[in-house]
Amino acid sequence: MNLLPYTIYLSFAGAALSLAAGKRSAAAARAVALLTAVVCTGISLVAAFEFTPAAGLQTLVDVPWIASPAIHYHLAVDGISMTLIVLTGLAATAGILFSWNIEERTGEFFAFYLALIGGVYGVFMSADAFLFFVFYEIAIVPKYFLIANWGSTNREYGAMKLALYSFAGSGLVLAGLVWTYAAGDATSFGLADLTRAALTLPAHDQIIIFALVFFGFATLAGLFPLHTWAPTGHVAAPTGASMLLAGVVMKLGAYGCLRVALPLFPVGFAYWQPALAWLAVIGIIYAGFVALVQQDFKFVIGYSSVSHMGFVMLGIVAANERAVSGAVLQMFSHGVIAGLLFAVVGRMVYERTHTRQLDALTAMPLHRMLPCAAFTFVLAGLASMGMPGFSGFPAELTILIGTWQTSPLLALLAAVGVLVAAAFTLRAVQVSFFGKTESVAAHAPTSDAAHHFDCITWPEKLGAMLLIGATVLIGLKPDLLLNWIVPALQSPAFHAVLKGGSL
Amino acid sequence: MNSDYAQLFHALLPETALVCGALFVLFFDILWARHHSTDRLRVAVMLGLLSLAFAAYLAIDAGTPGPQFGGVLVVDMLAQVSRVGVFVLAGLTLALLPGLTRLRHSAEFVAIILFATVGFSLMGAANQLLLGFLALELASLSLYILAGFDKSRPESAEAGLKYYLLGGMSSAFLLFGFSLLYGLTGSIELDHIAMALHQTSMTPLLAIALVMVLVAFGFKAAAAPFHLWAPDVYQGAPAPATALIASASKVAGFTLFIRLLWPGLHDVAGSIASTSAPSGWLTIVAVISAASLLLGNLGALAQSNVRRLLAYSAISHAGVMMLGLGVVVTAGYGPILYYSITYGIATVGAFGVIAVVDANGGCQRLTDLVGLHKRSPLLAGCLLVFILSLAGVPPLAGFFGKFAIFTAALKLGGISGPAGWLALLAIAMSAVGLYYYLIILKQALIVKPTEAVTPIKLPLPATLALVIAAALLVLLGVFPSPLLGLF
Amino acid sequence: MNHLPILSLLVFTPWIGALVLGTLRKLSPGTARWLGLLFSLSTLALGFVALSSFSAANPGMQLVEDLPWITALNVHYRLGLDGLSLVLVLLTGLIAPMALLASWRVERSPRQFNALFLVLQGAALGVFLALNFVHWFVFWELSLIPAFFLLKIWGGPGAARAAYQFVIYTIGGSAFMLLGFAALYAATGSFDFQVLATMAADGSLTTKLAGLGHFWPQAIFLGVLLGLAVKVPLYPFHTWLPPAYAEAPTGLSMFLTGVMSKMGVHGFLRILWPIFPAQLHAAATPLLWLALGGVVLGAFAALRQTDMKRMVAYSSINHLSYCLLALFALAAGSTSPTAGIEAVSAFNGIALQMFNHGLSAAALFFCVGVLEDRSGGKRSLADFGGVRTAMPVFAGLCGIALFSSLGLPGLNGFVGEFLLFRGIFGLTPWAAAIATLGLLATALFLLTFWQRVFHGPQGSGVAKFRDLSGWEIVTLVPAIALMFVLGVYPQLLVQLFNPLFTAWSAHLP
Repeated sequence: MNLLPYTIYLSFAGAALSLAAGKRSAAAARAVALLTAVVCTGISLVAAFEFTPAAGLQTLVDVPWIASPAIHYHLAVDGISMTLIVLTGLAATAGILFSWNIEERTGEFFAFYLALIGGVYGVFMSADAFLFFVFYEIAIVPKYFLIANWGSTNREYGAMKLALYSFAGSGLVLAGLVWTYAAGDATSFGLADLTRAALTLPAHDQIIIFALVFFGFATLAGLFPLHTWAPTGHVAAPTGASMLLAGVVMKLGAYGCLRVALPLFPVGFAYWQPALAWLAVIGIIYAGFVALVQQDFKFVIGYSSVSHMGFVMLGIVAANERAVSGAVLQMFSHGVIAGLLFAVVGRMVYERTHTRQLDALTAMPLHRMLPCAAFTFVLAGLASMGMPGFSGFPAELTILIGTWQTSPLLALLAAVGVLVAAAFTLRAVQVSFFGKTESVAAHAPTSDAAHHFDCITWPEKLGAMLLIGATVLIGLKPDLLLNWIVPALQSPAFHAVLKGGSL
Repeated sequence: MNSDYAQLFHALLPETALVCGALFVLFFDILWARHHSTDRLRVAVMLGLLSLAFAAYLAIDAGTPGPQFGGVLVVDMLAQVSRVGVFVLAGLTLALLPGLTRLRHSAEFVAIILFATVGFSLMGAANQLLLGFLALELASLSLYILAGFDKSRPESAEAGLKYYLLGGMSSAFLLFGFSLLYGLTGSIELDHIAMALHQTSMTPLLAIALVMVLVAFGFKAAAAPFHLWAPDVYQGAPAPATALIASASKVAGFTLFIRLLWPGLHDVAGSIASTSAPSGWLTIVAVISAASLLLGNLGALAQSNVRRLLAYSAISHAGVMMLGLGVVVTAGYGPILYYSITYGIATVGAFGVIAVVDANGGCQRLTDLVGLHKRSPLLAGCLLVFILSLAGVPPLAGFFGKFAIFTAALKLGGISGPAGWLALLAIAMSAVGLYYYLIILKQALIVKPTEAVTPIKLPLPATLALVIAAALLVLLGVFPSPLLGLF
Repeated sequence: MNHLPILSLLVFTPWIGALVLGTLRKLSPGTARWLGLLFSLSTLALGFVALSSFSAANPGMQLVEDLPWITALNVHYRLGLDGLSLVLVLLTGLIAPMALLASWRVERSPRQFNALFLVLQGAALGVFLALNFVHWFVFWELSLIPAFFLLKIWGGPGAARAAYQFVIYTIGGSAFMLLGFAALYAATGSFDFQVLATMAADGSLTTKLAGLGHFWPQAIFLGVLLGLAVKVPLYPFHTWLPPAYAEAPTGLSMFLTGVMSKMGVHGFLRILWPIFPAQLHAAATPLLWLALGGVVLGAFAALRQTDMKRMVAYSSINHLSYCLLALFALAAGSTSPTAGIEAVSAFNGIALQMFNHGLSAAALFFCVGVLEDRSGGKRSLADFGGVRTAMPVFAGLCGIALFSSLGLPGLNGFVGEFLLFRGIFGLTPWAAAIATLGLLATALFLLTFWQRVFHGPQGSGVAKFRDLSGWEIVTLVPAIALMFVLGVYPQLLVQLFNPLFTAWSAHLP
């Protein structure tokens, strides 16, 4: 367990090493990056095995850092953080595997990638609000460079939009946190101290500060209507980056809402809860319908990410133990599934066919040319639909149960969202891979069949297996994660807000 | 009186060292280096750096602290930090010179930089209106010359002229304000002024004096609406000169005016904690701050010349520093000094990179930076650090400076007072700022050059300077306590 | 659990077969088909093993397997067998190999076809045996995937649209069913069918749901109803069925009509009836009208079809709506004092009709498949005529299947329909009266089929039709034989579930 902070340090060290290794050769950079990611994943899994779930945060490191304002370098984990740390390890390793084909400025690519991962690990382990914010912002700049340099459609615009939205969101968070610290006369920036300080503020102020902090985090989580950066940005990003961005970085926002916004301002949350719940549900359904009419394959996945994050936000905002545990499980599940989906679309398909337009893909019988990719995408699509047997099902079921306890009407609308998700996923699967399915055995090979696509390479297969394995494992045995998450929600920090009252 | 003179001499040792150093540079150049033209600049720079190092040592080991010579100077933590900061910035500027400039009178350039530094250093220690004015004039005149130093380009001459004219006007304002203050309080020493103002209240004449002083201050700090000289000067002056103007003069200027305004004029400061508090010069500072934030950031969005862009960003940073001035009442000198010094380092670094690129093919437009990552990865990496620090991205020093100031501002009166509003405005504007900073980085690190680009070889001193500056920004960002804790 | 886990073996053996077929890429088509058939037959074998340890007199769940699974949600992996499920397991065990035999000559990727089919078979068995909603739902949803791919890839020209519609309709219904059960769990803390049934019986479920207020308890009922109704299908949620059955390859149509539709009816009996008796009773009249719609309109629609596959599809809707009609009649009339006797009759009729319809509909689809094969892809009524002279054996066997579907006394269909009508007439006479219209129309179209295809002047090319091959006879004869046997000695089946239903009728709500 005490090795966990090393995931942060090793990631940053790996970033520097990758940069240096890239000067020698692209292969060296890849090797360094993969090694770093695997070691970090290993550390997180070892820590996972040793982890005993408890109600509060378990401190890993706590040293005084800055004297005025009082800030500690305080790292701690609980079940929720562990879940997300394991997710980061998996997504990072898979992302690096799927970026194996980057040839241009490889060292720099992996340097930015690992820096982003280091920042993400840091956020999940921070127990001091300032430290949380620092890691949160560290993650923004690498995102810009990853997309602007190695991305595809509209990459400069997408990168800038993503970076500015993220920065603006974090600006709101900073304003709220600093206000709390200042006006509440907090003794330090630690989460516990800030909570005490926040409770002394007048209710009117709490309501405003909560709005600042929550909407700041919710921007990164893709809550409607602050979600518009996400489809553009994720589509523009290179595959490995999309996997990480949609898979893990969006979860930073949701995690911030859960870890910081909710416990600090229960009064503010109670005031905003109905509006937020409606925004989440609208996001689920609206994004689903938009996904249904997209012509670009990657945009379908981009909007599906917004829709699934809507489920996460709904679970958090429903604010009872059941719903929030479902939300955290969905964070893990969607992280893995989004990674799979982007991997197939970006790497397996686009790299070979050089098109993402669905009507172009329909004309090629892709399931014959890329059977491995077809199989992976079918599995990923099923998982995304919430098909039982994959991790999405227990997550969505738990969220539905929890949401029902708060507001049956919203649960009903969320169920409609499940249906819409099934529709657009199935459409995407069908139109892209299984467009032409008539038997051509009797006919001579058409010109389409003359396209000889490269076989799926071993890094892609490894990455896909890693992610599929994760989603199936959790789908069959969600207890593995729920046993961590549920005790964590019993911490005193959450007592005030997880009352589970009805809307 | 003898002991006073001895004390005075001790207190002025750093400045003495610098003056001697400047004179020595000139003499050495006349006697020896003129005949070895390849080494002229390097020798001059080396001598300059030596004298700066010596002066810095003397500033730290400054003898007895406290007012000197009847209150003309004061040697306290503020003065020491300000002096050392200025020396470091000047040193970094000097280190950027070798091999980079095509100046014809390189030794004179170095000497004038040293003279300017003398002025900055005195500004940090001045406790009396006249000495402060003298120091300010010494520094400003030196800077005017530096701005117009490059005789091969008309923009440099234009920059120098504009700077001189506008600067001269602001000096006139300052002097007029000082004379009014003297008339109202009967003394030119800040402590006596403070005592005198304790008994009076705001009168129209006092208000005029304050406005005059603040106009000059605004000009010096390149704050709106007194910023009009900045874009042209930053664009036209030779890059190392701009580096010095943008960095050290800000540090010194703020130190001088902090000392003037807070210990000196704090009775008529008013308050920006809430809208119902009494108004004084703080109200004006708040307005200037807001104007600078808005104008600086919005103006920068439209720029296509990288130097003008940095000039507008300097205006926006001046806005933040004005806010930092406003929070001295609760948070002390720490935040504002930290911010100005780290901002200075970042600016020296940024203009240093521009200077290097300028010497290797010109650097005026944003597109001149294209392909920097190929031409020199080291330069690109350093530029990344400098620009991100300016943007306020953690874990660099620029972020912590902003954070410290915003925290102190919100502590003043919460969100409902002008201080809080300014903090929120600054946070919002920093998001706008990220846009144009990323544009710079985009050109340098991402855009693929359409033609082949030539690699850039960095001379050793410049490399050292840039790397040290970047390292300082990272270190000060991650461990701000040593610097902040000095106050 | 101190006995061999027969039920888990039942469910997972076909899946093991699918895994084997899926991973061994180098199998020859012939080997693949034989392996597929072998694993498919395992169900029948294991079904008989279960039968031997099954004691019909005991109306409770037998051979139960129970393992804790998701402790955080109080979910157990629980399988159990009673008379109803046993009959359906045996039906699957018969229909699945029959369907595979019917697909023996599928040219395209037989290995994948068989693998997907085995997955489908396992999933169906899982649905019949599951006793906890979570894995019941897992199997329910999982059955859609292989069906989708089988339909889309091996189906006819309109298969893409049919498959998409089929899956979306079913998932649509399931989404609301999922929500309904989520709500039930939120109120009661359990997903287990038997626990919920007990709660419903002693009234505690109503109390718990009443806390929700407004119309939400009814909404939960409607959600669960919707999910099941789409599958059976209940009019008007049936529009996905005719395209899907028509475009599907023969083997898939046989399985869809023979087994998958029974998943829906089984769901009504296993889930809706025990857990929502009061709501069923309250909603009985509208539901009766819907079932009647299915009966009458289904039959009349069949009458108007020219495509034989669509004809059989609509007839399936008709036959299955009888089952639902009986169930809703039970719901409507359950409060009357004489209900008990009619109830036993109705329940027995439902179970028997399920089995019989499975046999006869599968046989009919097979026959249509044979005709389609002989004629080179045509399956309109007008393309045939006088087939009897060209293919006498076929005419004989197909005729028996037709008459079984008609409900001719002496064949199995009659007993089931008789019991059904007796029960319905006793509980809600008016419904029985209207349903006889359906009987009439059924008779009409089946006889029309018989006449237009097998009699009359020979259609073009009919003279060259070869009679049934050995394989085809092997496929058809067991079903036909059973039709005779069960027609004369229905007790063979009824004894398996009669005690169960007698017990159910004794505790009518």
